[in-house]
Amino acid sequence: MSLFEMTLQELRTGLDRREFTAVEATRAFVERIAATDDTINAFITVCADQALAEATAADRRLAAGESAPLTGIPLAMKDIFNTAGVRTTCASKILDNYVAPYDATAFARLKAQGAVLLGKVNMDEFAMGSSNENSAFGAVHNPWDTTCVPGGSSGGSAACVAARQAPAALGTDTGGSIRQPASHCGVVGLKPTYGRVSRYGVIAYASSLDQVGPVTRDVRDCALLLQAIAGYDPLDSTSVDMPAPDYAAALTADLKGVRIGLPREYFIEGLDADVRQAVEQAVATCRALGAEIVEVSLPHTEYAVACYYLIATAEASSNLARYDGVRFGHRTATQGNLIETYSCSRDEGFGSEVKRRIMLGTYALSSGYYDAYYLKAQKVRTLIRQDFLDAFEKVDVLLGPVAPTPAFRIGEKAADPLQMYLSDIFTIPVNLAGTCAMSLPCGFSATDLPIGLQLIGKPFAEAEILRAAYAFEQATEWHKRKADI
Amino acid sequence: MKISRSEVEHVARLARLALDEAELDALTGDMDAILAYVDQLSRLQTDGIAPTAHAVPMANAFRPDAVRPGFTPEQALVNAPSPDPAGFRVPRVIE
Repeated sequence: MSLFEMTLQELRTGLDRREFTAVEATRAFVERIAATDDTINAFITVCADQALAEATAADRRLAAGESAPLTGIPLAMKDIFNTAGVRTTCASKILDNYVAPYDATAFARLKAQGAVLLGKVNMDEFAMGSSNENSAFGAVHNPWDTTCVPGGSSGGSAACVAARQAPAALGTDTGGSIRQPASHCGVVGLKPTYGRVSRYGVIAYASSLDQVGPVTRDVRDCALLLQAIAGYDPLDSTSVDMPAPDYAAALTADLKGVRIGLPREYFIEGLDADVRQAVEQAVATCRALGAEIVEVSLPHTEYAVACYYLIATAEASSNLARYDGVRFGHRTATQGNLIETYSCSRDEGFGSEVKRRIMLGTYALSSGYYDAYYLKAQKVRTLIRQDFLDAFEKVDVLLGPVAPTPAFRIGEKAADPLQMYLSDIFTIPVNLAGTCAMSLPCGFSATDLPIGLQLIGKPFAEAEILRAAYAFEQATEWHKRKADI
Repeated sequence: MKISRSEVEHVARLARLALDEAELDALTGDMDAILAYVDQLSRLQTDGIAPTAHAVPMANAFRPDAVRPGFTPEQALVNAPSPDPAGFRVPRVIE
Protein backbone atom coordinates (compact mmCIF):
# COMPACT_ATOMS: atom_id res chain seq x y z
CA MET A 1 0.00 0.00 0.00
CA SER A 2 1.28 3.48 -0.85
CA LEU A 3 2.03 5.53 2.24
CA PHE A 4 -0.48 8.20 1.19
CA GLU A 5 -3.27 5.60 1.31
CA MET A 6 -2.76 5.06 5.03
CA THR A 7 -4.97 6.23 7.84
CA LEU A 8 -3.52 8.15 10.76
CA GLN A 9 -3.59 4.97 12.87
CA GLU A 10 -1.78 2.95 10.15
CA LEU A 11 0.87 5.65 9.85
CA ARG A 12 1.34 5.65 13.64
CA THR A 13 1.79 1.88 13.72
CA GLY A 14 4.16 1.88 10.74
CA LEU A 15 6.29 4.69 12.17
CA ASP A 16 6.46 3.01 15.55
CA ARG A 17 7.56 -0.28 13.95
CA ARG A 18 10.15 1.58 11.83
CA GLU A 19 8.53 0.22 8.64
CA PHE A 20 9.06 3.66 7.10
CA THR A 21 10.27 7.04 8.25
CA ALA A 22 8.37 10.26 8.85
CA VAL A 23 10.33 11.77 5.94
CA GLU A 24 9.14 8.99 3.63
CA ALA A 25 5.54 9.42 4.78
CA THR A 26 5.66 13.19 4.46
CA ARG A 27 7.27 12.98 1.02
CA ALA A 28 4.53 10.58 -0.13
CA PHE A 29 1.85 13.12 0.79
CA VAL A 30 3.77 16.08 -0.65
CA GLU A 31 4.14 14.20 -3.95
CA ARG A 32 0.50 13.19 -3.85
CA ILE A 33 -0.51 16.84 -3.42
CA ALA A 34 1.71 17.83 -6.35
CA ALA A 35 0.17 15.09 -8.52
CA THR A 36 -3.49 15.79 -7.72
CA ASP A 37 -3.99 19.36 -6.60
CA ASP A 38 -4.24 20.88 -10.06
CA THR A 39 -7.48 18.90 -10.21
CA ILE A 40 -8.75 19.32 -6.63
CA ASN A 41 -7.40 22.76 -5.59
CA ALA A 42 -7.59 21.80 -1.92
CA PHE A 43 -4.39 23.59 -0.87
CA ILE A 44 -3.84 27.33 -0.62
CA THR A 45 -0.32 26.92 0.77
CA VAL A 46 1.83 23.76 0.62
CA CYS A 47 4.69 23.68 3.16
CA ALA A 48 6.81 21.07 1.36
CA ASP A 49 10.29 22.10 2.55
CA GLN A 50 9.23 22.97 6.06
CA ALA A 51 7.24 19.72 6.34
CA LEU A 52 10.25 17.64 5.30
CA ALA A 53 12.41 19.48 7.83
CA GLU A 54 9.82 18.83 10.56
CA ALA A 55 9.66 15.17 9.49
CA THR A 56 13.46 14.90 9.74
CA ALA A 57 13.26 16.20 13.30
CA ALA A 58 10.41 13.75 14.01
CA ASP A 59 12.55 10.85 12.78
CA ARG A 60 15.29 11.88 15.20
CA ARG A 61 12.80 11.88 18.08
CA LEU A 62 11.40 8.52 17.00
CA ALA A 63 14.92 7.07 16.86
CA ALA A 64 15.56 8.43 20.35
CA GLY A 65 12.39 6.74 21.60
CA GLU A 66 10.66 10.06 22.31
CA SER A 67 7.45 9.39 20.45
CA ALA A 68 4.37 11.52 21.18
CA PRO A 69 0.94 10.48 19.80
CA LEU A 70 1.38 12.40 16.52
CA THR A 71 5.16 12.35 16.09
CA GLY A 72 5.91 12.31 12.37
CA ILE A 73 2.23 12.36 11.27
CA PRO A 74 1.60 14.84 8.41
CA LEU A 75 -1.61 16.85 8.74
CA ALA A 76 -3.38 19.68 6.90
CA MET A 77 -4.94 22.73 8.55
CA LYS A 78 -7.89 24.74 7.29
CA ASP A 79 -6.50 28.16 6.37
CA ILE A 80 -8.48 29.72 9.24
CA PHE A 81 -5.99 28.58 11.92
CA ASN A 82 -3.19 30.98 12.69
CA THR A 83 0.14 29.26 12.13
CA ALA A 84 3.22 31.27 13.10
CA GLY A 85 5.48 31.79 10.10
CA VAL A 86 3.09 30.25 7.56
CA ARG A 87 0.58 32.62 5.95
CA THR A 88 -3.07 32.44 6.99
CA THR A 89 -5.46 33.83 4.38
CA CYS A 90 -8.93 32.65 5.50
CA ALA A 91 -9.33 32.31 1.69
CA SER A 92 -9.74 36.09 1.49
CA LYS A 93 -7.97 38.72 -0.57
CA ILE A 94 -8.04 40.92 2.51
CA LEU A 95 -5.61 38.55 4.29
CA ASP A 96 -3.68 37.51 1.18
CA ASN A 97 -0.27 38.14 2.75
CA TYR A 98 -1.10 37.78 6.44
CA VAL A 99 1.46 35.83 8.50
CA ALA A 100 0.32 35.45 12.09
CA PRO A 101 2.92 35.98 14.79
CA TYR A 102 1.42 33.14 16.91
CA ASP A 103 -0.16 29.70 16.67
CA ALA A 104 -3.80 28.80 17.25
CA THR A 105 -4.03 26.58 20.33
CA ALA A 106 -5.47 23.63 18.38
CA PHE A 107 -2.50 23.77 16.01
CA ALA A 108 -0.03 24.31 18.87
CA ARG A 109 -1.36 21.13 20.50
CA LEU A 110 -0.89 19.11 17.30
CA LYS A 111 2.63 20.48 16.95
CA ALA A 112 3.45 19.75 20.59
CA GLN A 113 2.41 16.15 19.93
CA GLY A 114 4.74 15.91 16.97
CA ALA A 115 2.52 16.53 13.94
CA VAL A 116 4.04 17.75 10.68
CA LEU A 117 2.23 20.61 8.87
CA LEU A 118 1.68 19.68 5.20
CA GLY A 119 -0.06 22.92 4.37
CA LYS A 120 -3.05 25.18 4.69
CA VAL A 121 -6.24 24.12 2.94
CA ASN A 122 -8.90 25.96 1.00
CA MET A 123 -12.26 27.03 2.39
CA ASP A 124 -15.11 29.42 1.81
CA GLU A 125 -13.88 32.94 2.54
CA PHE A 126 -14.07 33.56 6.32
CA ALA A 127 -15.87 30.18 6.56
CA MET A 128 -18.98 31.67 4.95
CA GLY A 129 -20.41 29.17 2.51
CA SER A 130 -21.62 25.65 1.91
CA SER A 131 -19.82 24.85 -1.33
CA ASN A 132 -16.25 26.18 -1.14
CA GLU A 133 -17.06 28.33 -4.17
CA ASN A 134 -16.60 31.53 -2.12
CA SER A 135 -12.80 31.36 -2.03
CA ALA A 136 -10.45 34.03 -3.33
CA PHE A 137 -8.21 31.09 -4.27
CA GLY A 138 -10.73 29.34 -6.50
CA ALA A 139 -13.32 26.61 -5.97
CA VAL A 140 -12.35 23.20 -4.59
CA HIS A 141 -13.42 20.20 -6.66
CA ASN A 142 -15.00 17.11 -5.13
CA PRO A 143 -12.60 14.14 -5.52
CA TRP A 144 -15.55 11.81 -6.26
CA ASP A 145 -16.76 13.97 -9.15
CA THR A 146 -14.72 17.01 -10.00
CA THR A 147 -17.73 18.79 -11.53
CA CYS A 148 -19.29 18.84 -8.04
CA VAL A 149 -18.60 20.96 -4.99
CA PRO A 150 -16.91 19.35 -1.97
CA GLY A 151 -19.25 21.20 0.40
CA GLY A 152 -18.16 23.98 2.69
CA SER A 153 -16.89 25.82 4.37
CA SER A 154 -14.17 23.26 5.27
CA GLY A 155 -14.20 22.00 1.66
CA GLY A 156 -10.42 21.81 1.41
CA SER A 157 -10.18 19.84 4.66
CA ALA A 158 -12.68 17.22 3.46
CA ALA A 159 -11.43 17.08 -0.14
CA CYS A 160 -7.76 16.70 0.82
CA VAL A 161 -8.59 13.74 3.08
CA ALA A 162 -10.87 12.13 0.45
CA ALA A 163 -8.12 12.57 -2.17
CA ARG A 164 -5.52 11.11 0.24
CA GLN A 165 -3.46 14.31 0.03
CA ALA A 166 -3.38 14.23 3.83
CA PRO A 167 -4.39 11.48 6.26
CA ALA A 168 -6.41 13.97 8.30
CA ALA A 169 -7.11 17.68 8.66
CA LEU A 170 -8.64 20.15 11.05
CA GLY A 171 -11.66 22.20 10.08
CA THR A 172 -14.14 24.51 11.76
CA ASP A 173 -17.92 24.19 11.96
CA THR A 174 -20.21 27.18 12.51
CA GLY A 175 -23.36 25.88 10.81
CA GLY A 176 -22.24 22.53 9.41
CA SER A 177 -18.88 23.47 7.91
CA ILE A 178 -17.16 20.23 8.99
CA ARG A 179 -20.08 17.78 8.74
CA GLN A 180 -21.53 18.84 5.38
CA PRO A 181 -18.22 18.66 3.42
CA ALA A 182 -17.36 15.41 5.23
CA SER A 183 -20.71 14.05 4.05
CA HIS A 184 -20.17 15.24 0.46
CA CYS A 185 -16.61 13.86 0.33
CA GLY A 186 -17.22 10.50 2.02
CA VAL A 187 -14.99 11.12 5.05
CA VAL A 188 -15.53 11.41 8.80
CA GLY A 189 -15.96 14.84 10.38
CA LEU A 190 -16.83 15.80 13.94
CA LYS A 191 -18.06 19.08 15.40
CA PRO A 192 -17.35 18.96 19.12
CA THR A 193 -19.54 20.57 21.75
CA TYR A 194 -19.07 24.34 21.97
CA GLY A 195 -16.26 24.88 24.49
CA ARG A 196 -14.66 21.44 24.04
CA VAL A 197 -11.83 22.70 21.80
CA SER A 198 -10.11 26.07 22.11
CA ARG A 199 -10.94 28.71 19.51
CA TYR A 200 -7.87 30.78 20.37
CA GLY A 201 -6.08 31.78 17.17
CA VAL A 202 -8.93 30.61 14.94
CA ILE A 203 -10.09 33.52 12.80
CA ALA A 204 -13.56 34.32 14.10
CA TYR A 205 -16.73 34.16 12.01
CA ALA A 206 -19.57 33.76 14.54
CA SER A 207 -18.03 33.43 17.97
CA SER A 208 -20.97 31.83 19.78
CA LEU A 209 -21.21 29.09 17.13
CA ASP A 210 -17.67 28.44 15.81
CA GLN A 211 -16.02 25.20 16.90
CA VAL A 212 -12.86 23.36 15.81
CA GLY A 213 -12.95 19.67 14.85
CA PRO A 214 -11.22 16.81 13.02
CA VAL A 215 -11.75 15.50 9.48
CA THR A 216 -10.42 11.96 9.02
CA ARG A 217 -10.69 8.76 6.97
CA ASP A 218 -12.34 6.70 9.72
CA VAL A 219 -13.84 6.90 13.19
CA ARG A 220 -10.78 5.70 15.11
CA ASP A 221 -8.67 8.44 13.51
CA CYS A 222 -11.39 10.92 14.44
CA ALA A 223 -11.17 9.85 18.09
CA LEU A 224 -7.36 10.12 18.04
CA LEU A 225 -7.36 13.59 16.53
CA LEU A 226 -10.13 14.86 18.82
CA GLN A 227 -8.10 13.58 21.79
CA ALA A 228 -5.15 15.64 20.60
CA ILE A 229 -7.05 18.95 20.50
CA ALA A 230 -9.75 18.65 23.20
CA GLY A 231 -9.41 20.38 26.54
CA TYR A 232 -9.42 23.61 28.44
CA ASP A 233 -7.33 26.53 27.25
CA PRO A 234 -6.86 29.57 29.50
CA LEU A 235 -6.45 31.65 26.32
CA ASP A 236 -10.08 30.94 25.30
CA SER A 237 -12.42 32.01 28.08
CA THR A 238 -15.28 30.09 26.44
CA SER A 239 -13.40 26.79 26.50
CA VAL A 240 -14.75 24.56 29.24
CA ASP A 241 -12.59 23.38 32.12
CA MET A 242 -13.59 19.73 32.05
CA PRO A 243 -11.18 16.86 31.37
CA ALA A 244 -11.57 15.05 28.03
CA PRO A 245 -12.30 11.32 28.42
CA ASP A 246 -10.32 8.63 26.60
CA TYR A 247 -12.15 8.68 23.26
CA ALA A 248 -10.43 5.63 21.77
CA ALA A 249 -11.46 3.59 24.81
CA ALA A 250 -15.11 4.35 24.04
CA LEU A 251 -14.97 2.58 20.67
CA THR A 252 -16.83 -0.71 20.97
CA ALA A 253 -18.45 -2.70 18.21
CA ASP A 254 -22.03 -2.95 19.44
CA LEU A 255 -24.89 -0.63 20.29
CA LYS A 256 -26.60 -2.68 22.98
CA GLY A 257 -28.69 -0.50 25.23
CA VAL A 258 -28.11 2.66 23.16
CA ARG A 259 -31.31 4.60 22.52
CA ILE A 260 -31.17 6.28 19.11
CA GLY A 261 -33.72 8.98 18.29
CA LEU A 262 -34.89 9.79 14.76
CA PRO A 263 -36.02 13.42 14.61
CA ARG A 264 -39.17 13.37 12.54
CA GLU A 265 -38.33 16.85 11.14
CA TYR A 266 -35.13 15.43 9.56
CA PHE A 267 -37.07 13.03 7.30
CA ILE A 268 -39.15 15.57 5.44
CA GLU A 269 -40.48 15.96 1.93
CA GLY A 270 -37.68 17.22 -0.25
CA LEU A 271 -35.11 14.91 1.26
CA ASP A 272 -33.28 13.33 -1.69
CA ALA A 273 -34.48 9.75 -2.28
CA ASP A 274 -30.96 8.28 -2.27
CA VAL A 275 -30.13 10.10 0.96
CA ARG A 276 -33.35 8.89 2.57
CA GLN A 277 -32.68 5.32 1.54
CA ALA A 278 -29.08 5.36 2.79
CA VAL A 279 -30.07 6.83 6.14
CA GLU A 280 -32.98 4.40 6.57
CA GLN A 281 -30.62 1.54 5.79
CA ALA A 282 -28.26 2.92 8.47
CA VAL A 283 -31.15 2.89 10.95
CA ALA A 284 -31.71 -0.81 10.19
CA THR A 285 -27.99 -1.49 10.72
CA CYS A 286 -28.04 0.28 14.10
CA ARG A 287 -31.11 -1.71 15.15
CA ALA A 288 -29.35 -4.94 14.17
CA LEU A 289 -26.39 -3.86 16.32
CA GLY A 290 -28.67 -3.69 19.35
CA ALA A 291 -29.79 -0.07 19.41
CA GLU A 292 -33.29 0.83 20.44
CA ILE A 293 -34.81 3.13 17.79
CA VAL A 294 -37.23 5.81 18.94
CA GLU A 295 -38.98 8.54 16.98
CA VAL A 296 -38.53 11.99 18.50
CA SER A 297 -39.37 15.56 17.54
CA LEU A 298 -37.27 18.70 17.25
CA PRO A 299 -40.26 20.95 16.61
CA HIS A 300 -38.42 24.20 15.87
CA THR A 301 -36.12 22.77 13.19
CA GLU A 302 -37.80 24.74 10.39
CA TYR A 303 -36.84 28.02 12.08
CA ALA A 304 -33.16 27.19 12.50
CA VAL A 305 -31.88 28.54 9.19
CA ALA A 306 -33.59 31.92 9.70
CA CYS A 307 -32.35 32.06 13.30
CA TYR A 308 -28.81 31.19 12.24
CA TYR A 309 -28.60 33.76 9.45
CA LEU A 310 -29.45 36.53 11.90
CA ILE A 311 -27.19 35.43 14.76
CA ALA A 312 -24.22 34.35 12.64
CA THR A 313 -24.29 37.44 10.45
CA ALA A 314 -24.68 39.77 13.43
CA GLU A 315 -21.64 38.22 15.08
CA ALA A 316 -19.76 38.28 11.77
CA SER A 317 -20.46 41.97 11.22
CA SER A 318 -18.88 42.67 14.58
CA ASN A 319 -15.96 40.23 14.21
CA LEU A 320 -15.05 41.39 10.71
CA ALA A 321 -14.95 45.06 11.73
CA ARG A 322 -11.28 44.49 12.54
CA TYR A 323 -10.36 44.26 8.84
CA ASP A 324 -9.85 47.94 8.20
CA GLY A 325 -6.55 48.08 6.33
CA VAL A 326 -4.70 49.66 9.25
CA ARG A 327 -2.85 47.01 11.27
CA PHE A 328 -2.77 44.10 8.83
CA GLY A 329 -4.31 42.94 5.58
CA HIS A 330 -5.16 44.69 2.36
CA ARG A 331 -5.14 48.50 2.22
CA THR A 332 -6.65 50.38 -0.69
CA ALA A 333 -4.45 52.43 -3.02
CA THR A 334 -7.24 55.02 -3.19
CA GLN A 335 -6.19 58.22 -1.45
CA GLY A 336 -8.79 59.53 0.97
CA ASN A 337 -9.63 60.23 4.58
CA LEU A 338 -9.60 57.53 7.25
CA ILE A 339 -13.20 56.40 6.74
CA GLU A 340 -12.72 56.24 2.97
CA THR A 341 -9.58 54.18 3.54
CA TYR A 342 -11.51 51.73 5.73
CA SER A 343 -14.46 51.51 3.34
CA CYS A 344 -12.44 51.10 0.15
CA SER A 345 -10.04 48.58 1.72
CA ARG A 346 -12.98 46.49 2.90
CA ASP A 347 -14.88 46.73 -0.37
CA GLU A 348 -11.80 45.66 -2.34
CA GLY A 349 -10.72 42.95 0.09
CA PHE A 350 -13.96 41.09 0.85
CA GLY A 351 -15.78 38.78 -1.56
CA SER A 352 -19.49 39.13 -2.30
CA GLU A 353 -20.82 36.53 0.18
CA VAL A 354 -18.79 38.06 3.01
CA LYS A 355 -20.15 41.51 2.16
CA ARG A 356 -23.68 40.12 2.00
CA ARG A 357 -23.37 38.66 5.50
CA ILE A 358 -21.71 41.75 6.97
CA MET A 359 -24.55 43.84 5.52
CA LEU A 360 -27.27 41.54 6.85
CA GLY A 361 -25.66 41.39 10.28
CA THR A 362 -25.12 45.14 10.44
CA TYR A 363 -28.77 45.65 9.55
CA ALA A 364 -29.96 43.14 12.17
CA LEU A 365 -27.98 44.96 14.86
CA SER A 366 -28.82 48.48 13.71
CA SER A 367 -30.94 50.93 15.65
CA GLY A 368 -34.64 50.14 15.34
CA TYR A 369 -34.17 46.58 14.11
CA TYR A 370 -32.21 44.97 16.96
CA ASP A 371 -35.29 43.73 18.87
CA ALA A 372 -37.16 42.56 15.79
CA TYR A 373 -34.27 40.58 14.34
CA TYR A 374 -31.29 39.90 16.61
CA LEU A 375 -33.09 39.64 19.95
CA LYS A 376 -35.90 37.63 18.35
CA ALA A 377 -33.37 35.20 16.88
CA GLN A 378 -31.68 34.77 20.26
CA LYS A 379 -35.05 33.86 21.79
CA VAL A 380 -35.74 31.37 19.02
CA ARG A 381 -32.29 29.95 19.69
CA THR A 382 -33.47 29.17 23.23
CA LEU A 383 -36.40 27.19 21.79
CA ILE A 384 -34.13 25.27 19.40
CA ARG A 385 -31.70 24.43 22.18
CA GLN A 386 -34.57 23.29 24.39
CA ASP A 387 -35.77 20.95 21.59
CA PHE A 388 -32.47 19.08 21.87
CA LEU A 389 -32.47 19.00 25.67
CA ASP A 390 -36.02 17.57 25.60
CA ALA A 391 -35.10 14.94 23.00
CA PHE A 392 -32.06 13.91 25.03
CA GLU A 393 -34.36 13.17 27.98
CA LYS A 394 -35.62 10.24 25.90
CA VAL A 395 -32.60 9.11 23.84
CA ASP A 396 -28.79 8.98 23.98
CA VAL A 397 -28.02 9.84 20.37
CA LEU A 398 -29.96 11.44 17.51
CA LEU A 399 -29.57 10.09 13.98
CA GLY A 400 -30.43 11.69 10.66
CA PRO A 401 -29.06 12.92 7.35
CA VAL A 402 -26.27 15.54 7.28
CA ALA A 403 -27.50 17.31 4.15
CA PRO A 404 -30.75 17.02 2.20
CA THR A 405 -28.89 16.08 -1.01
CA PRO A 406 -25.53 14.66 -2.07
CA ALA A 407 -22.93 17.12 -3.43
CA PHE A 408 -24.39 19.50 -6.00
CA ARG A 409 -22.70 20.80 -9.15
CA ILE A 410 -20.27 23.70 -9.10
CA GLY A 411 -22.27 26.79 -10.02
CA GLU A 412 -25.66 25.15 -9.41
CA LYS A 413 -26.62 27.22 -6.35
CA ALA A 414 -24.14 30.08 -6.66
CA ALA A 415 -26.72 32.59 -7.90
CA ASP A 416 -29.25 32.01 -5.11
CA PRO A 417 -27.91 32.61 -1.59
CA LEU A 418 -31.14 31.50 0.07
CA GLN A 419 -31.11 28.08 -1.65
CA MET A 420 -27.49 27.68 -0.58
CA TYR A 421 -28.38 28.54 3.03
CA LEU A 422 -31.17 25.95 3.07
CA SER A 423 -28.68 23.16 2.30
CA ASP A 424 -27.57 23.49 5.95
CA ILE A 425 -31.00 22.83 7.47
CA PHE A 426 -29.95 19.63 9.34
CA THR A 427 -26.58 20.87 10.59
CA ILE A 428 -27.34 24.42 11.73
CA PRO A 429 -29.60 23.47 14.68
CA VAL A 430 -26.70 21.63 16.34
CA ASN A 431 -24.53 24.77 16.35
CA LEU A 432 -27.39 26.84 17.77
CA ALA A 433 -27.87 24.23 20.50
CA GLY A 434 -24.09 24.11 21.03
CA THR A 435 -23.93 20.34 21.22
CA CYS A 436 -21.75 17.79 19.37
CA ALA A 437 -22.39 15.91 16.13
CA MET A 438 -20.52 14.04 13.42
CA SER A 439 -20.82 12.82 9.87
CA LEU A 440 -19.66 9.44 8.63
CA PRO A 441 -20.14 7.63 5.32
CA CYS A 442 -23.38 5.60 5.05
CA GLY A 443 -23.84 5.04 1.33
CA PHE A 444 -23.69 6.39 -2.20
CA SER A 445 -26.14 8.03 -4.55
CA ALA A 446 -27.19 6.57 -7.91
CA THR A 447 -24.45 8.75 -9.44
CA ASP A 448 -21.82 7.41 -6.99
CA LEU A 449 -21.60 10.45 -4.74
CA PRO A 450 -21.01 9.82 -1.03
CA ILE A 451 -23.81 10.21 1.50
CA GLY A 452 -23.16 11.05 5.14
CA LEU A 453 -24.95 9.92 8.29
CA GLN A 454 -25.28 12.45 11.09
CA LEU A 455 -25.07 11.37 14.72
CA ILE A 456 -25.86 14.09 17.26
CA GLY A 457 -24.89 13.70 20.92
CA LYS A 458 -25.64 15.32 24.25
CA PRO A 459 -23.40 18.22 25.24
CA PHE A 460 -19.87 16.90 25.90
CA ALA A 461 -20.89 13.34 24.92
CA GLU A 462 -18.48 13.08 21.99
CA ALA A 463 -17.48 9.61 23.27
CA GLU A 464 -21.07 8.40 22.85
CA ILE A 465 -21.41 9.46 19.22
CA LEU A 466 -17.93 8.11 18.45
CA ARG A 467 -18.97 4.79 19.96
CA ALA A 468 -22.13 4.63 17.85
CA ALA A 469 -20.19 5.72 14.76
CA TYR A 470 -17.50 3.11 15.33
CA ALA A 471 -20.03 0.31 15.77
CA PHE A 472 -21.77 1.38 12.54
CA GLU A 473 -18.48 1.65 10.68
CA GLN A 474 -17.33 -1.80 11.82
CA ALA A 475 -20.60 -3.25 10.47
CA THR A 476 -20.35 -1.53 7.07
CA GLU A 477 -17.85 -1.09 4.24
CA TRP A 478 -18.64 2.47 3.14
CA HIS A 479 -15.54 4.02 4.67
CA LYS A 480 -13.32 1.65 2.70
CA ARG A 481 -14.37 3.03 -0.68
CA LYS A 482 -11.95 5.58 -2.07
CA ALA A 483 -12.47 8.35 -4.57
CA ASP A 484 -10.99 7.32 -7.89
CA ILE A 485 -8.25 9.90 -8.12
CA MET B 1 -40.36 45.53 0.14
CA LYS B 2 -38.60 44.68 3.41
CA ILE B 3 -35.71 47.03 2.73
CA SER B 4 -35.21 49.97 0.37
CA ARG B 5 -32.15 50.82 -1.61
CA SER B 6 -31.55 53.93 0.49
CA GLU B 7 -31.61 51.78 3.65
CA VAL B 8 -29.05 49.46 2.05
CA GLU B 9 -26.84 52.50 1.36
CA HIS B 10 -27.19 53.54 5.00
CA VAL B 11 -26.24 50.05 6.23
CA ALA B 12 -23.22 50.05 3.88
CA ARG B 13 -22.05 53.30 5.50
CA LEU B 14 -22.47 51.75 8.96
CA ALA B 15 -20.55 48.65 7.82
CA ARG B 16 -17.77 50.77 6.26
CA LEU B 17 -18.19 49.18 2.84
CA ALA B 18 -17.68 51.40 -0.23
CA LEU B 19 -20.11 49.39 -2.37
CA ASP B 20 -20.49 50.37 -6.01
CA GLU B 21 -23.84 50.91 -7.72
CA ALA B 22 -24.07 47.35 -9.05
CA GLU B 23 -23.33 45.89 -5.61
CA LEU B 24 -25.97 48.11 -3.99
CA ASP B 25 -28.54 47.00 -6.56
CA ALA B 26 -27.76 43.31 -6.10
CA LEU B 27 -27.69 43.55 -2.31
CA THR B 28 -31.02 45.33 -2.18
CA GLY B 29 -32.63 42.33 -3.90
CA ASP B 30 -30.71 39.73 -1.89
CA MET B 31 -31.35 41.36 1.48
CA ASP B 32 -35.00 41.86 0.65
CA ALA B 33 -35.39 38.14 -0.11
CA ILE B 34 -33.43 37.05 2.97
CA LEU B 35 -35.34 39.40 5.27
CA ALA B 36 -38.64 38.13 3.86
CA TYR B 37 -37.44 34.60 4.63
CA VAL B 38 -36.30 35.33 8.20
CA ASP B 39 -39.65 37.01 8.88
CA GLN B 40 -41.01 33.52 9.55
CA LEU B 41 -39.55 33.90 13.05
CA SER B 42 -42.34 36.37 13.82
CA ARG B 43 -44.80 33.46 13.67
CA LEU B 44 -43.26 32.14 16.89
CA GLN B 45 -44.55 33.41 20.21
CA THR B 46 -41.44 34.30 22.23
CA ASP B 47 -42.81 36.52 25.02
CA GLY B 48 -41.18 35.57 28.30
CA ILE B 49 -38.48 33.45 26.62
CA ALA B 50 -34.97 34.38 27.67
CA PRO B 51 -32.52 35.03 24.81
CA THR B 52 -29.57 32.64 24.38
CA ALA B 53 -26.24 34.36 23.70
CA HIS B 54 -24.12 31.27 24.32
CA ALA B 55 -25.16 27.62 24.24
CA VAL B 56 -22.99 26.70 27.20
CA PRO B 57 -24.13 28.68 30.23
CA MET B 58 -21.10 30.44 31.67
CA ALA B 59 -20.45 33.44 33.87
CA ASN B 60 -17.52 35.80 33.48
CA ALA B 61 -14.18 34.03 33.25
CA PHE B 62 -11.46 35.69 35.32
CA ARG B 63 -7.71 35.25 35.25
CA PRO B 64 -4.99 36.59 37.50
CA ASP B 65 -3.81 40.04 36.43
CA ALA B 66 -0.28 38.78 35.91
CA VAL B 67 2.45 40.04 33.60
CA ARG B 68 3.09 37.66 30.70
CA PRO B 69 5.10 37.91 27.51
CA GLY B 70 3.58 39.87 24.63
CA PHE B 71 4.61 40.76 21.11
CA THR B 72 7.65 42.91 20.43
CA PRO B 73 6.90 46.12 18.47
CA GLU B 74 8.48 44.45 15.40
CA GLN B 75 6.16 41.43 15.69
CA ALA B 76 3.11 43.62 16.20
CA LEU B 77 3.96 45.75 13.15
CA VAL B 78 5.11 43.01 10.81
CA ASN B 79 1.81 42.80 8.90
CA ALA B 80 1.16 46.54 8.72
CA PRO B 81 0.18 47.50 5.16
CA SER B 82 2.02 50.81 5.41
CA PRO B 83 5.34 50.01 7.11
CA ASP B 84 6.63 52.46 9.65
CA PRO B 85 8.75 51.34 12.60
CA ALA B 86 7.09 53.96 14.82
CA GLY B 87 3.55 52.55 14.53
CA PHE B 88 0.58 52.04 12.23
CA ARG B 89 0.45 54.76 9.59
CA VAL B 90 -3.03 56.08 8.72
CA PRO B 91 -4.35 59.03 6.68
CA ARG B 92 -4.48 62.34 8.52
CA VAL B 93 -7.38 62.30 11.01
CA ILE B 94 -7.28 65.90 12.29
CA GLU B 95 -7.09 68.65 9.68
